[in-house]
Amino acid sequence: MPVVKAVTCPVCGSLCDDIELTVENGRIVKVKNGCAMCEAKFLGYCGEHRVLKPMIRKNGGLVKTTLKEAVRRAAEILAEANYPVLYGWSSTSCEAISVGIELAEEVGGVIDNTSVVCHGPSILSIQNVGIPSCTLGQIRHRADLIVYWGSNPWSAHPRHIERYTAFAEGRFEKSAWRSYVNKVKALVGRKKLQSAIKRLFVKKPAPVPPPISEYKPYPFITKEGRKLIVIDVRRTKSAEIADYFVQVEPNKDYELLQAFRMLIRDQELEVDRVAGVPVEYLEEVADVMVSCDFGALFFGLGLTMSSGKLRNIDAALSLVRDLNMRTKFIIMPMRGHFNVTGANIVFTWQTGYPYAVDFSLGYPRYNPGETSVVDVLLRKESDAAIIVASDPVSSFPRKAAEHLVKNPLIVIDPHMNVTAQMADVLIPSAFVGIEASGTAYRMDHVPIPLKKVVNPPKGIHPDEEILRRILKEVRRIKKKEEAA
Amino acid sequence: MELLIKNGLVYDPINGVNEEKMDIAVKDGKIVEKVNERRAKKIDASGMIVMPGGIDIHSHIAGGKVNSGRLLRPEDHFKDFERKTAVTRSGVGYSIPSTFTTGYRYARMGWTTVMDPAMPPLEAKHTHEELSDTPIIDKASYPLLGDWWFVLEYLRDGKIEECARHVAWMIKATKGYAIKLVNPGGLEAWGFGRNVKNIDDPVPYFGITPREIIRGLCRVNKLLNLPHTIHVHTNNLGKPGNYVTALETMKCVEDLAEDGKPVIHITHCQFSAFKGDDWRTFESGAEEIANYVNAHSHVTMDMGQVIFTDTTTMTADGPFQYILYTLSGNKWVNHDVETETSAGIVPFHYRRRSYVHATQWSIGLELALLIKDPWKILMTTDHPNGGPFIAYPRIVAWLMSRKAREATLKKINSKARSRSLLPTIDRELSFYEIAIVTRAGQAKALGLKNKGHLGIGADADIAIYKFNSETMDPSKKYKAVRRAFKRAAYTIKSGQVVVKDGEVLKHVDGATMWLDVKTSEEAKITEEMKRRFKDYWTVEFENYPVSEDYLAISQPTTVKADV
Ligand code: SF4
Ligand SMILES: [Zn+2]
Repeated sequence: MPVVKAVTCPVCGSLCDDIELTVENGRIVKVKNGCAMCEAKFLGYCGEHRVLKPMIRKNGGLVKTTLKEAVRRAAEILAEANYPVLYGWSSTSCEAISVGIELAEEVGGVIDNTSVVCHGPSILSIQNVGIPSCTLGQIRHRADLIVYWGSNPWSAHPRHIERYTAFAEGRFEKSAWRSYVNKVKALVGRKKLQSAIKRLFVKKPAPVPPPISEYKPYPFITKEGRKLIVIDVRRTKSAEIADYFVQVEPNKDYELLQAFRMLIRDQELEVDRVAGVPVEYLEEVADVMVSCDFGALFFGLGLTMSSGKLRNIDAALSLVRDLNMRTKFIIMPMRGHFNVTGANIVFTWQTGYPYAVDFSLGYPRYNPGETSVVDVLLRKESDAAIIVASDPVSSFPRKAAEHLVKNPLIVIDPHMNVTAQMADVLIPSAFVGIEASGTAYRMDHVPIPLKKVVNPPKGIHPDEEILRRILKEVRRIKKKEEAA
Repeated sequence: MELLIKNGLVYDPINGVNEEKMDIAVKDGKIVEKVNERRAKKIDASGMIVMPGGIDIHSHIAGGKVNSGRLLRPEDHFKDFERKTAVTRSGVGYSIPSTFTTGYRYARMGWTTVMDPAMPPLEAKHTHEELSDTPIIDKASYPLLGDWWFVLEYLRDGKIEECARHVAWMIKATKGYAIKLVNPGGLEAWGFGRNVKNIDDPVPYFGITPREIIRGLCRVNKLLNLPHTIHVHTNNLGKPGNYVTALETMKCVEDLAEDGKPVIHITHCQFSAFKGDDWRTFESGAEEIANYVNAHSHVTMDMGQVIFTDTTTMTADGPFQYILYTLSGNKWVNHDVETETSAGIVPFHYRRRSYVHATQWSIGLELALLIKDPWKILMTTDHPNGGPFIAYPRIVAWLMSRKAREATLKKINSKARSRSLLPTIDRELSFYEIAIVTRAGQAKALGLKNKGHLGIGADADIAIYKFNSETMDPSKKYKAVRRAFKRAAYTIKSGQVVVKDGEVLKHVDGATMWLDVKTSEEAKITEEMKRRFKDYWTVEFENYPVSEDYLAISQPTTVKADV
């Protein structure tokens, strides 16, 4: 059975490229090295919701058609539209994105990617203050302190910790896995000891866990090597393995960030608690931050999407900038979709801007809040849409989704998702990274090739090629119109 | 297709042609002896200057760092954009233009070849994706190798041949063109927020000094027979007193030179020619550098000229960029790359009224004018570090005209003016010398055999400028020189007319040049690489190299190495 090695996993922004797939009769039958999300994707991508034929809406229902007809209809819609939106792009290849931008320019539309609804605020903050960052290997080799803030890698980026941070093996820093195991053993031992003590002094009332307002620091046993801090509103699975867990009150991230900024400048805090956390504990954590040799702060949607959004990220970036006066410290957003970083990158090199690019005046314009797709939809300005590898109807605000489906809608997607069900033209595509090759960018901006491992079902093409055909057809229609 | 350029005033220094009225014949993208007069498309260049297409030995136009600069600075793009036309793509950007715009703007000035000088090997695909999206011009890129762990370790252990074989592999894997060193040793130290102080300051944890890295890679470069020398951004760049470091850097490879051939290129030398103990006592060290270069033949350099404007600084020199951030308080991007290198970005405004900035402006021109041999000092702004490349016409004017220099001198900081050496310098470059510092010299330093000249067999990359050097004096009419270079009358790329009167006529792809370095033993390296690869990087060995499909037009040159 042929085994394909060094396959890149097209699921999350960690973009692990060490996956080994066993292929039998043109199907993937075994996945090695991947996490559960990865396995589910490679083994289950061909599931029941797969669309196998292009479709167009006729008399209210979707009916099967030829690719040629679907492309022609899609091109007609786009060529006729005054102000179409082109949305999605974070789950496809850079090569497809590149064609998408050319198409947007050709039809004078607005092109936007999913970062508008995830790390958009992070990007705006970066444009305000900049960002000290690095590639993930740098963290693997050097970081003796890892902080996850508003992010639960254990479930959203399952191999992040093992491959790149606390449990990875580096040149200057060893994996903290062993000491973690020892720590757990010690904790178990300590619990046993405690219950033994309890049994001994049986007359004393058993201690009840303190209420959350009486919040006590997470007990820890100092261990060697890398330290892990988790800051979150919930005690997540990632928090369980942390050396320090800071449970921040919901929507109080900004206060906490500012408190840390003061502490690392050796300023006193005149209160007992910040964001529900005792100040002594924060002092201890701040001390760990300042005294590390190389710290890395990863932040997730817990920080970008909690109240304050932009302010939060500004503060987080500033905190890390400040920390660089004392030691080496970097910061990185935990990107979700496997190529959302690539979407930002290709947008930027071709148009100067990472998302929300408006071509209606014949050159790229960028003004998030105005040129971002949700805002365009809410203002009811667009008159057609093409969605590539995304499901905005289920994720956008209701009013925006309503306007989206009211107008002619083209969907390119392997799956029958909610948006696809509302499409006027639905063109099924190949899964990039499984049935089509291409390039994606990891969350740290490292470009990694995506492999074609198996053939797509008959008659199914990659996004890139479908878009090329539509672009060609649009140009043909426009030429004909000009001639007329 | 055949083309005949008639009656132009031709400047072709490599072939010793100095303002000769002659015809240039072009066929199938090459310069030929003659073409069929009747069939060929004719261009009347009478009263115009004809030169080989411009070449830029050092300009940051593509890759992760440049693109992070674009992302960082929407305000840079709002004021400067280009509309889509029937033949061109739209774009934006003043100091960091988007890729399409970059290609068009170079072509409009008559430039046809540009070298991107700082490619992090791990992110080489990104550089190449952008280069492939940069139309018209031919391109190449230099992988950053001065802090690569393999290099540090092999050189520390004295394994020069092993080192050379790995460098050969890396150049091929990244589709690179030359060996780039940036603050050698300092970038590894920056991994932990530190730096090296001078060329003899050991790199933390690696037991090697910058001097050993520079000398080692200089020897590797020779073993591999690469067409360009090592391309060096010195230690201590951007710091007062660093002219000493620049001199030491040049001296440290003096003994490696043979037959008077260059063995080192000091890039954007202006930034390494600072005298003084701090910013208060800061002054020009151009004279000391020029004296050294005038007395030695193993060095080439480029200017890194400063332009008074708002720009975006970006180098692989992480610690330097950090200092610039602390000095300016501007926004700051840092991006360290595992096992290899780093990068930093800081927006920066050079102001006439600032003593330091005005002195920097003066240093660049002093270097270009005090170094007697134009083949040794090439024109660059280290785009966009000293200023955007679209300022080249202004630099040409400053070099050609005392009057142009005086006009600017009048407007700068008075202390800087009184200390500037420029008022004491009468030299004005001729068009022949301009053709050297912007084309011929660049091609020669890069070892580009088919570029930078108009001899038979050369690539038909040609620039035609509307300036009659027979009747007009560039020293007096410097504004007309500026206008002529801003919008070429014609730019011809691979035999096609791509620009006419400063307008782009065609969007064509340019080639990406790279070196296919052949070493005697190759396979062994790959095995060795695979073993250590997992330890050093976070991507798989197979996913690391750049395949040729990343290059819009791939143009390899085979180089036979001595190892
Ligand atoms: S961590 Fe993300 S990229 Fe890695 S295997 Fe899991 S889902 Fe795939
Ligand atoms: Zn440079």
